[in-house]
Amino acid sequence: MIDLIIPTTSQGLLWSMLALGVYITFRVLDFADMTVEGSFPLGAAVAVSCLVKDYNPLLAILAAALAGGLAGIVTGFLHTKLRIPSLLAGILSMIALYSVNLRIMGKANVSLLGKETAFTIVESMGLDYANGVFVVGIAATLIVCLFIYWFFGTEIGAAIRATGFNPQMIRAQGVDTNVMLLFGLFMSNALTAIAGALIAQNNGFFDVGMGVGTIVIGLASVIIGEVLFGTRSFKNSLVSVVLGSIVYRFVIATVLQMGMPPNDLKLFTSVLVAIALALPMVKSKFQARKAG
Amino acid sequence: MLELKKVNKTFFPGTINEKKALIDVNLHVETGDFITIIGGNGAGKSTLLNSIAGVFPVDTGSITIDGVELTKLPEHKRARYIGRVFQDPMMGTAAGMMIEENLAIASRRGKTPGLSWALKDADRSRFRELLKELDLGLEDRLTVRVGLLSGGQRQALTLLMAAMNQPKLLLLDEHTAALDPKTAEKVLNLTQKVISKYQLTSLMITHNMRDALRFGNRLIMMNAGRIVVDVGAEEKKKLTIPDLLQLFEKAAGEELDNDRMMLG
Repeated sequence: MIDLIIPTTSQGLLWSMLALGVYITFRVLDFADMTVEGSFPLGAAVAVSCLVKDYNPLLAILAAALAGGLAGIVTGFLHTKLRIPSLLAGILSMIALYSVNLRIMGKANVSLLGKETAFTIVESMGLDYANGVFVVGIAATLIVCLFIYWFFGTEIGAAIRATGFNPQMIRAQGVDTNVMLLFGLFMSNALTAIAGALIAQNNGFFDVGMGVGTIVIGLASVIIGEVLFGTRSFKNSLVSVVLGSIVYRFVIATVLQMGMPPNDLKLFTSVLVAIALALPMVKSKFQARKAG
Repeated sequence: MLELKKVNKTFFPGTINEKKALIDVNLHVETGDFITIIGGNGAGKSTLLNSIAGVFPVDTGSITIDGVELTKLPEHKRARYIGRVFQDPMMGTAAGMMIEENLAIASRRGKTPGLSWALKDADRSRFRELLKELDLGLEDRLTVRVGLLSGGQRQALTLLMAAMNQPKLLLLDEHTAALDPKTAEKVLNLTQKVISKYQLTSLMITHNMRDALRFGNRLIMMNAGRIVVDVGAEEKKKLTIPDLLQLFEKAAGEELDNDRMMLG
């Protein structure tokens, strides 16, 4: 178990990009965005296709982020301009992206064997692979968290947060809530695509089905983080989400070690999220009974 | 200043629920006017204010402020000219954000947000000064989330947010209706204070006849989508509540019907 600590933490850090993305839509914007199920493999597809052509890994990740962000814009367009309900708009993008991803890759599974990735670069600097993943994970998480913290402290960032809390209020203050939603969706899906790009590089391959369940993984990380580490401030929430993503990986590693078949992982995660989402309701019922 | 010409608004046209909310409404408001608006249920008071604010487009007619055509502008673009306080204390502020963040957003009302830091130190000291004038002790609680404030405190804050950068027009839509009488009185006095301090042109809907007479320099009454009574400053000073009821009955041909209307 002890030798799993570093790799599991690294996994959590890489996946925390996704958790932060889901946090932005689900919590900040109050928008249940299914697009992530498609933008996660999209990020992987774009990054892998860049790496296969021997582009710089950093460039590959940036290209992935841009592609993911554009996917978010499409969902935002469907919702704000065409008035399609948010959940359905995300589902439409997600399904469409399945074909887009196959188009980008040409086939359902592409290997990165022998290609340079963000991790092999760090490895070539003299670290072993596992530590290399850890270092990349830490660096990516730090950069992204600092960026998010800065961005949501700006005027635009404050307006995006206000849009999530009270669109009526921020419109009355002269802000176009549709534009703010687009900003948020762009960022969220760009982050998700970065997660996809990193995970594909770590796994060493792209698979068209790798996006299945990302929304639930993201939600699980956000909720675990909030429950365990608090939501006192925006800064606190960001740290909580990253830690939540790491804890989630440890939970998964533990149940697998205990002998749960990997095929049951998604069922396990869904049940976990369902329980966590139901907790406030159960709690209030329990308190009502106690009071009554 | 504010000019409404032949404004019409019908909700659910062509359906069984069709409701003519505003019918050929003309209104001319002078700079500095503080107009109180009363009327029965569904008279069109809120529709009037929401039409001016741009919550929905009007069917026909034009709305201008100082000659600027607002009729086709979306709600967020009209915010440059208009500050608003709503009936629901939850509506005017972002509950999950701090007092200072809400004020920072309001201090930039109508400007396109950019990438500079939303909160600057200079803002904080200005906010503290402004909050002190509310006399609610909020000046020491800048970093408290607005959701933790009482309804009255939130309305006072919303009022400050609406007024702080001197909108051309202030719209108050029964902003004290959801408060207990004592708090309502406090917020009303604050409203008077803020309006005089910033010399705001204001429209205030109220369901309290006494308040309608007590505040402002002009009073209008609405009924069934029309302005039926319009009383200027001199006449308003002499009016009593029975006068007001009589005026309404004469103009509308029926008794004033508002289940929330307070006479005293």
